[in-house]
This record gives sequence, structure tokens and C-alpha cells, in this order.
Amino acid sequence: MPLHHYRPPPNHGGITSTQQQQVTHQPPAMDVLSQSRRQLADYTNSLHRDGFLDDQFSQLQQLQDESSPDFVMEVVSLFFEDCQKLVTNMARALSELQAVDFKQVDSSVHQLKGSSSSVGAARIKNLCVAFKTCCDSQNRDGCMRCLQEVNRECVLLKNKLQTLFRLEQQIISAGGSIPM
Amino acid sequence: MAQQGGSSSSGGGGSLNVSPMKPLASLKVLVVDDEPMMRTIHKAQLVRAGINDVEVAANGKDAVDLHVNGATFDLILMDLHMPIMDGCQATKELRAMGVKSSIVGVTSSGGAEKTAFLASGLDDCVSKPFVLQQIAHYLKVPRSPTNPPKYHNP
Repeated sequence: MPLHHYRPPPNHGGITSTQQQQVTHQPPAMDVLSQSRRQLADYTNSLHRDGFLDDQFSQLQQLQDESSPDFVMEVVSLFFEDCQKLVTNMARALSELQAVDFKQVDSSVHQLKGSSSSVGAARIKNLCVAFKTCCDSQNRDGCMRCLQEVNRECVLLKNKLQTLFRLEQQIISAGGSIPM
Repeated sequence: MAQQGGSSSSGGGGSLNVSPMKPLASLKVLVVDDEPMMRTIHKAQLVRAGINDVEVAANGKDAVDLHVNGATFDLILMDLHMPIMDGCQATKELRAMGVKSSIVGVTSSGGAEKTAFLASGLDDCVSKPFVLQQIAHYLKVPRSPTNPPKYHNP
């Protein structure tokens, strides 16, 4: 019922009208939790819809339980450590003035493709396919462009996942559990 | 697929020498992968399946050393590309030592690399990331000392 139509019941010696208003205006805790859950679901769906994540990420979420409540966060953290290391290796190899060791770059790309597949980082995995083609054709400029895109996608995905984990934390702080 | 042993025990007459199937909770699995993330994921998959005894090694040499020191496993999940000693070499050394555990390669490599990996003594090879169903067979096959690995070339 819209608030301007609301008529408080006559006060028969019970709670004051101020208290009545306070009770009326305060959203129930369950509504806050439902809203947070809906926000999380919408955000997760958007990450899948926009291609940031694929079903492999959902598989990882299925592995998280009470005995390993931070499993996904732990895996994601290890993934980004790996990403950083591989991007640094590739940047170093591609910045060689004399001759680029494309085999080394390819090896790092292969590893990144495997890691990103395993964590469900779909856009990064797909970039690795194009990156490999540039390595195979020893296209230095192409490799540099791919590296820049990989770097950009890693930063983007990291931010997106941080938002996801923050939304999950909101639910936990409100006394709820993460729907899997 | 790994073959079931069909030879009789010494002194016996035609009976199968097959150990009873081990329950999942009593299986010992070794995960060999140089990436901490992959070791974490594989271990979690196995624990979720009900296998509590999961050991990890960060490269092929560590996996071989575990066996030199007397460790035994029902199943070894072996990555291919690892520093110090890769999966191919580790598998060859384990088979040369007489290790009869099921060894399943886990790799996103294909073509000649995968063929060579299989030929090193694997029972099978699955793609990374694997789904548990791909290795379910190796968790159910009866344990038998005469159960030879599929690709082993003695």
C-alpha cells in the first residue's frame, strides 16, 4: 500500500504513532537479504552473458562448501598470480631487441590458455587462441597487441570478480548463505 | 581403459587374481602439476568425490621421489609440462620402477605431444580442465597386481 494512503490504526494505549511509523518505514531484514541475493544473481548472470565467465566457473563454485568457504576466492587469487607471472614473461620475451623467442611466448600462451580454461575465464581463454596464431606466424606486432588485450582483460576480470565477491560478502554479513 | 587382470595366482588353477574394489574413501591419489591453482582445483574435485587421501607434487621428479621413498598410490594424475622433470619422463621412470598404479595424463596439449605422452606409459589422457566423470573409471576398476596399464611398452 503506498505510504500516502496509509492510516495508522487508533492508538489504544499500545505503541506511539512515532514508533508505529518507525516500524512501518523499516524494511524487513529478509527483504534486504532477498535484494542482495537478486543483485548477486543478476551480476553473475551478466558476467556469463557478457562472456567473462563460462560454465567452468560455475563448476568451481559447486566445489565450494562449509569446509572450504573461500575456495573460489583462493583459486581466483592463484589464477591472477599466474596471469601476472605469464604476462611478465611474455612481455620480456617480446621486448627482446634482437630476436623474439616465439616458442617461449607460445609456451606462456599455452599455459595461460590452460589456466584460464580451468577457472572459467572465457574471454582470456579466447584471446589465447588468437595469441597462439600470432606466435605461430611469428608476428611480433600481433603478439604485442594480443598481450595488451590479455593484460586489459585480466584487469577487467579481476575488478568484476572483486565486485562479485563483495556482493557475496554482503549476503553473508546479512546472515544469509551464497546460493550455489 | 585399463584391463582387468586375468592370470591366475601362483599355484592356482584358472581363478582370477583380482583384489576387491576399494571404497573411494580409502583410495590414495597423487596429483602432479606445477601450477598451484591446478593442484588446488584437482584436489578439491577429488575430495568432493569422496577421496580424502590426496597428495600433491609440483613436478615429475617430486612424484618419482615419492615412489622411491616407498609411497604408493591407486591413481596418479599427471600434468605434461612441468619444470625439472615433465610428465612424460616421470611416467617412463615410474613404469621402469615397476609402478603399476593407474596413471592418467591431464593436458591441454594435442597431436604428437599427446601421442608421445600416452606412449610413455599412461593408461589414459584427459583434457585440462578435466571433469570427474572422465577419470571415474580409474576410481572403480578393481585393484589387481596383474592389471597392466593400457599404453605401457615394457
